[in-house]
Amino acid sequence: MNVLVTGVTSMLGRLVARGLAEEGHRVLGLDRRAWRDAPEGVRMFQVDVRKRSAEEIFRSERPDAAIHMATVTHLLHRSPDRFRINLEGTRAIVEHCEHYNVPRLVVVGRHTYYGAAPDSALYHTEDEPPVAIHQFPELADLVAADLYAGSALWRYPQIDTSVLRLCYTLGPSRHGTLGSYLGGRRVPTVLGYDPLFQFLHEEDAAQAIITAALRPMRGVFNVSGPPPVPLSIIIRETGRRSVPVPEFFMNRTLGRFGLPRLPRGAIDHLKYPIVVDSTPFRKATGFTHRFDEAATMNAFEMAI
Amino acid sequence: MFTSRDPWIERRVDQLEVPFNAYGIDPYGIDKTHLVRLFTALEWMRRRYFPVRVRGLPFVPQQGRAMLVGNHSGGVAIDATMVIGSAFFDLDTPRLAQGMADKFLGRLPGIARLSSRIGQFAGIPAHAERLLEDDRLLMVFPEGARGTAKLASEADSLVRFGTGFMRLALKTRAPIIPFGFVGGGEAFPTMFNLYAFGRLLGVPYVPVTRYLLPLPKPTTFDLTYGDAMFFEGNGQEDDEVIQDYVEQVKAKIADLIAQGRSRRKPRPLLRSGSPSQRGRR
Repeated sequence: MNVLVTGVTSMLGRLVARGLAEEGHRVLGLDRRAWRDAPEGVRMFQVDVRKRSAEEIFRSERPDAAIHMATVTHLLHRSPDRFRINLEGTRAIVEHCEHYNVPRLVVVGRHTYYGAAPDSALYHTEDEPPVAIHQFPELADLVAADLYAGSALWRYPQIDTSVLRLCYTLGPSRHGTLGSYLGGRRVPTVLGYDPLFQFLHEEDAAQAIITAALRPMRGVFNVSGPPPVPLSIIIRETGRRSVPVPEFFMNRTLGRFGLPRLPRGAIDHLKYPIVVDSTPFRKATGFTHRFDEAATMNAFEMAI
Repeated sequence: MFTSRDPWIERRVDQLEVPFNAYGIDPYGIDKTHLVRLFTALEWMRRRYFPVRVRGLPFVPQQGRAMLVGNHSGGVAIDATMVIGSAFFDLDTPRLAQGMADKFLGRLPGIARLSSRIGQFAGIPAHAERLLEDDRLLMVFPEGARGTAKLASEADSLVRFGTGFMRLALKTRAPIIPFGFVGGGEAFPTMFNLYAFGRLLGVPYVPVTRYLLPLPKPTTFDLTYGDAMFFEGNGQEDDEVIQDYVEQVKAKIADLIAQGRSRRKPRPLLRSGSPSQRGRR
């Protein structure tokens, strides 16, 4: 199969491209950034998904499936460009798929869509509305991109679209939201709170995305792996030290004293859990994770 | 006091039908070590401070989904704590009664962490339904915060019942085990509640007792379980039907409260006049 992957140089994008190539598929990798040692089977196109040159690839290569991962998810990246990439990029990909008869589209989004609140449900299901934007405006564009991609299900019924809401990834690359939060030896937590965190080994995450791209499926799907783990245990098991900070001082100390910088809205994510139910995805794809919570945390800790 | 580990309590925690993983955590974040600590403290309380006389224990199923539905008897939610204790200590096979906590608890630092580690989650329908589908023992106080705010004089009366529990019981086909709890008003003789002050602190109210301190007195409680109640339906019935079912449960609970009261000695502090009608239907 000819699989087009946007945002291919990201940590997850590379894993997805490698996995597809290993299974014998031809990968068309799109990204603004270069990937010099792209493996065999991956053809790199250094383009912006919103530009004509990206459309040209759809026209000339006629992919059998597209995986859209070209979103800026880094929360501190607040340039207006971010909003354009996340929204207009998603729009461009959906429209190219329609225009060039790509039968299958996978859009990779985030489980933080559901937001963290004292009364949010343990195990969110796909039919719940996005509460995240209310307290965490930094996520607004990602939520909008998710909803926009979901609307392709009724606007372009000829495309089998699946919108994935992927939980945090963790693994040897040490990339990703959770990975960078746990980056330092000292990890700030909010005093008196210990939320559940759900994470998936990055290789399992890539496998889940590949699985979704290789079969015709439609709908919005939560994707998760092992059962959630309290933050305190993640910190302990990855050899970090928890630094409990009263919420009042949290905004003042972040980014100082060796603690990571976090946007204000992220503090709710350190107080309340975001846990998703991925039963429909597992049923539709037969996906099972290979790495359990212990192996995943270990892989993160042991990485050099 | 609560740090010493009682092997008997640890064994009983192991017997719970909660699927703990290698870290002693279940898929909802219930933590074994927290449970051992909780029940060690509860065991001490039951021995020294709050003895509970339990009747009708055989009505509580030893396994499978069920909904314990009962009354709040004033003060703070001591009643909930005691029902959790009874399900753990008094049944042949211990069970973890999982309450549906008021949402404000999740906002309080410390309490938020503790309540989620001992399986007392925010009272939203999604939680109740999921736990019942997992064949757990759910504990529901349909009076909600209206019930914990009862004054000492109203402790044995019932205020308005919510109806959500009935729709859930019908939808999940869970039996309702009614219970009546007596003694909360004596343990926590609330004279009045400070609502504005409570809002300031982020809680619904702050109770003021006869002796001013918001601390409970040693009391013996009477907890009476009743026969399981099943109702016909799927949870989509009209409000009138549901309301009628709820009234049946409420009447049953009132009866169980009366049974509990009849077993008690006359109260040392008799009040004049009839109990206040505030909030009653």
